[in-house]
This record gives sequence, structure tokens and C-alpha cells, in this order.
Amino acid sequence: MTCGPGDLPGRGEIGADLPELLEDSVEDLYDNAPCGYLSTLPDGTIVKINATLLRWLGRERDAVVGRMSLPDLLTVGGRIYYETHFAPLLQMQGELGGVALELKTAGGARWPVLLTATVTSDAEGRPRLVRTVVFDARDRRAYEEELLRARDEAERERDRVQRLARTLQQTLLPPVLPDVPGMQVAAYYHPASLDQVGGDFYDLFPLTGDTWGFFLGDVSGKGENAAVVTSLIRYTLRGAAVYDPDPAGVLRHLNTVLYQAFEGTYPRFCTVLYGSIRPDGDGAVMTLAGGGHTPAVVLRADGTASLLHLRGGQLVGALPEARFVVAEVRLAPGDAILLYTDGLTEARTGVDSWYSEEDLRDELSGLAPPTASGVIDAVNRLLVGLGAGVEDDTALLALSVPSRESGRA
Amino acid sequence: MDVVGRYNVVVTGNEAGPVVLLAHGFGCDQNLWRLIVPQLAERYRVVLFDHVGSGRSDVSAWSAERYSSLDGYADDVLNICRELDLRDVVLVGHSVSAMIAVLAANREPERFAKLVLLTPSPCYVDDGDYRGGFSREDVDELLTALESNYLGWSAVMAPVIMDNPDRPELGAELTNSFCRTDPAIARVLARTTFLSDNRADLAKVTVPTLVVQCARDAIAPREVGQFVHDQVRGSELVTLDAVGHCPQLSAPDETAGAIVAFVSGR
Repeated sequence: MTCGPGDLPGRGEIGADLPELLEDSVEDLYDNAPCGYLSTLPDGTIVKINATLLRWLGRERDAVVGRMSLPDLLTVGGRIYYETHFAPLLQMQGELGGVALELKTAGGARWPVLLTATVTSDAEGRPRLVRTVVFDARDRRAYEEELLRARDEAERERDRVQRLARTLQQTLLPPVLPDVPGMQVAAYYHPASLDQVGGDFYDLFPLTGDTWGFFLGDVSGKGENAAVVTSLIRYTLRGAAVYDPDPAGVLRHLNTVLYQAFEGTYPRFCTVLYGSIRPDGDGAVMTLAGGGHTPAVVLRADGTASLLHLRGGQLVGALPEARFVVAEVRLAPGDAILLYTDGLTEARTGVDSWYSEEDLRDELSGLAPPTASGVIDAVNRLLVGLGAGVEDDTALLALSVPSRESGRA
Repeated sequence: MDVVGRYNVVVTGNEAGPVVLLAHGFGCDQNLWRLIVPQLAERYRVVLFDHVGSGRSDVSAWSAERYSSLDGYADDVLNICRELDLRDVVLVGHSVSAMIAVLAANREPERFAKLVLLTPSPCYVDDGDYRGGFSREDVDELLTALESNYLGWSAVMAPVIMDNPDRPELGAELTNSFCRTDPAIARVLARTTFLSDNRADLAKVTVPTLVVQCARDAIAPREVGQFVHDQVRGSELVTLDAVGHCPQLSAPDETAGAIVAFVSGR
């Protein structure tokens, strides 16, 4: 029977008319159901099919029943999926639901469907027939394809962003550290995120004669804004280092540049250690200036370690006139120094606990004799151990004087 | 992780019998053998495992690079044999694992007593006069079918499925888990399976070989089984009166019978 919405009986009216409304023909219910029905032998041969499914396929009953099997109705790719996933699962489980495949109509068109199947067995439990319900999934599939496309697009975009961040990061760090005569040097950069450019930086470069300059620091914030500041800092420090032999003077110059560049707009500042080092007898003398940065760790040949505090040094770029503190350290044969950023010393070790500068000092004491690469390796292991606790980027720079036994590098 | 954990190795059956190593094919995992294991276990020491990326293997051991060629899988088979010190092994490879078995046996023939290639195909894609049964476009279509069906694959559910296959209360979610694979891994495996060409490796087989095919198999048609039989010198060919690509499920008695006759015969 056909009826428009207006002809539907109201709630209270169902009663005497009910038998007339109910579909009395099971055949009609089967044949003209709003989904496809299909019965197959265990080997896939179709033995019964309803009119709805025949209409979707554009085929005559006689051409299908006893002549075709379920996989024959599918696209070739779908057939492989049927043989390698659908059939074995159905055999093992006795039922299977919601498998997305495509029918191939007589006219060659593809018709996306969802298949749900159950196996009926005879008295001895042997599979007798497979009943399959076929749902029209054209709209759904179009929507899913949109989702897949969007996901693929998002993945491509993410790759691009990571590549960009990596490339940008590389321009902010020296590709390889130069060889410093009479010293061993090593550095490491641990990015906390693949998507963002970090705000940590370091560099090592020759100055006049046998003197070398180096720095390591941390810019406030991260991402592309931090990258702009890092770039400015790196070139300013390298420029200032050439004409000002006083490390505190180099930092004062950087302070002026940063303060003026970002005054009034979006304040940008950094913490930094800047130093110069030159050979001194069988060791080296280092002059280190600090602007609000975490203390370096000085490691002695005998395995003792201490923090080199430069108390009173202020953030660079925050105030028009900043104060910087300078210390001089002599490295004897077998001694080393480690500069690092606070990604390491602010790593979370518990709900309310963080890895401290003192923890780091204690961890590194006992390396005898310490070498630059040995120190970096030790800290690297530490970073791996802290795992997800390391929430910020971490930059490391270590310098060491080879011990007398190992000779000069 | 040791090999037992990495490949979810299960050893069962008659400890005194010859070793029969069963390698599952594309799509599912070692559960596909379960209807024939009881019969084999009476006579043989049966070793089952999941390929890395399938079933309950250690997914972290998977890499696209290693598993983009069947050599990576053949490596794994040899690895299992070495680590468990399996000797005179009868290696049974189903579907894509038939070619993995050929590669493994060609690398270390002294390790294997016999090979059973169950519904093998050395090359699924047609090439000149060779009829594999499929075109490149068909393979792309399969990848689409895989993609559509893994929309329901949830990264959140995956650990539950991997870790609790024996908890019946999770039954509903665990349905289909035998054939559940991380979509990224499934894609690479599908490409590796259907785009590999191992025809040239067949003539190099020196281990006694049995080829078992089904009378009707849409994935590995009879002419392909015949091709494998012709190329592997001295091989035997058994055609089961069965339909489909997985005779160990659709005709378990006949499949087990063919394996037993070959392993214990002669």
C-alpha cells in the first residue's frame, strides 16, 4: 500500500485497522525491503536474492541465482578483500558486520554498500547457508571519502610544517662544530617538538689569534617569533664578538639591540652565557659572562663537579641597562665545562618535582676524566631516561681539555 | 624482546615429531590455522607465529622500510628457526607466505626438510604472457577497500585488542580481531604482497616441495598453481576440491590430509 504522511493514522487510531496496515506478505517484505538480501552456499554461490538488490545491480534473477557467487558481484579489489578477510572471518566467527565494499552493477557502475552476514548451520553444526544483508552506503561513502581526503591533507600539511621547522632550526645552529686546537668540543640539540622551531641556540667560532668565542642561550617563547629573535641574537653576538674582547661588553651590546628591536611591540628577551677561551700553558682559560642563565657545570679531572654561578646577571633585552657578571675559569688537562639550557633542569620527574641543577651536577660528578663527548653522551642518556618529562627544548655545549695521558687533540 | 614475544610464537603438539612451521598469509593471523592444528599436532611439533604487524606480534618491531619487501619477512622466518634452534623444518606457507617460504628456503636450504606452498602465487599482477589474475588498477582498488574498512579501526581500541584477546567480556569489540591490522601497516603489507614478483625464485628451490591449490580460488587461480608446480623442480601438485583462498578453513580435513601425506609419506 502507499500512503503520504497525511494519511498516516494517529496514535490513538491504531486498532481495528492494524491488520490491514501490517504487511501480510512475507515475500513482499523480503523482496521489497529497503535493503538487499542475499543467501549463499558456503562456497559463495547465490541461491536466493531479493528484488531490491537485483534492482541495484541491474540484473535479472535468472542470471544471478545459481550462476553467480557473492564475490562475482564485487569490484576486483573488493573480491581480494572478500577472499582474504571477509570469507575467513565469516568461517571463523559465524558472523560478520559492517564490511564496506563496492558492488559492480551490470552497467559497470560502482555501488558502495555495507555487508553484514550470518552463517546458518545444519543439525550437525555444518555451515549450510550464509545470509547477507546489503545496505546502500553511497552517501556514507562519499562522506567517508571526504574524511579520508581531509586526513591525508592534514598529514601532508603536518609533514610540511615539520620539514620547515627542521630546516629553519638548522639555519639557527652551526651545522658542525669547528675543530678547536688543543680542545675537544661537542654539542647536542634536543627538540621537544617536531612541529615548532625551538628557542634554544648555541655557537662556537674563531676570534683573533688563538682565542675562540662561544655562546649558548634560550629565547623566551618558541615557534616562528622565537626563531626571528634567535636569528638576530646569533648574528649580533658574532658581530659584537669581533670588535669587543670583553664578554660583558658583548652581552651589553646584545642587550641594546634586543631592547631597541622589540621595545614597545612585543618584548623579547633571552638568557645567555657568552664566553671566550684561549690556550694557557697545558690547559685553557675561559672568560664567561652570564645574563640570567642557568649555571654551567665545571667538571674536574678527578671527577668532582661544581656549578659556576654568575649571580646578579640579568636577562638580556628586558631592561635598557642590564648588568652582567663575569667569571674566569681555568681548565687544566682533563677538565671540562658543560653549558646547557633549562629544558634539562626543568624536566619533570614527578607530579611536583623537577630535575634540578644540583641533580645534574651530582649526576655528572664521577666522570673521570670528563671529555666533551663523554659529557654530552651522559646527558643524552639522562634525557632519554627523563623521556616525556622533558617538556622544553634542550641545547648542550661542552668543551674539554684532553688529559695528559690522552695527549692533545 | 625475544623472538617468542616479537612474533607471538606458539609451540604445540608432539614434541618427538618433526617440526612443522606454519606461516600465515595476507589478511589475518595464526588463528587461520586453528582448524588443522589439532590433526597436525598429533604427529608433529607444530610451531605457529604472527608476522610482525599482524595479530599479536610486537608492532613496535615493524618498520615500513624492512617490511616493504618479502625479504624482511623471510629474514624473520629464519630468525625464528635460528632462535628456537629448529632443524629439518617443514615450512608451510599460505598465500603470500608461500613466497616468503621460498625465499627463506633458498637462503638456508639446509635448514628445511620440506616446503608446503598453500595457494601460492609468485606474482599477482599480469605481465606479458604470464597471467597472475590482476592488474595494477585492481591492486589500487584493493588498497581503497582496505582504507574503507579501516575507518572503523580505532587507535584507541587497538591496545585493548592487542592486550586482551582472551577476555570474553570484550567480545563485541574483539570481533574481527584476527584480521585487524593497523591501517598504515596493512597498506604496506598489501602493496608488498600484491606487487612482489618472485617468479625467478621458484627455479632456485632445492628443498622437496608440495604445491596445494584449490579447485576455485579467485586470488591464486589454477593456472598460477600449475605455473608454480612447473617452475619448482620435482614438486608435487595437489588440487583440493575446495573453493576460496583459505582451504585450511573451507576444507580443513583435506588440507591437513595433503600436508600429512607429504610430510610423512615417502
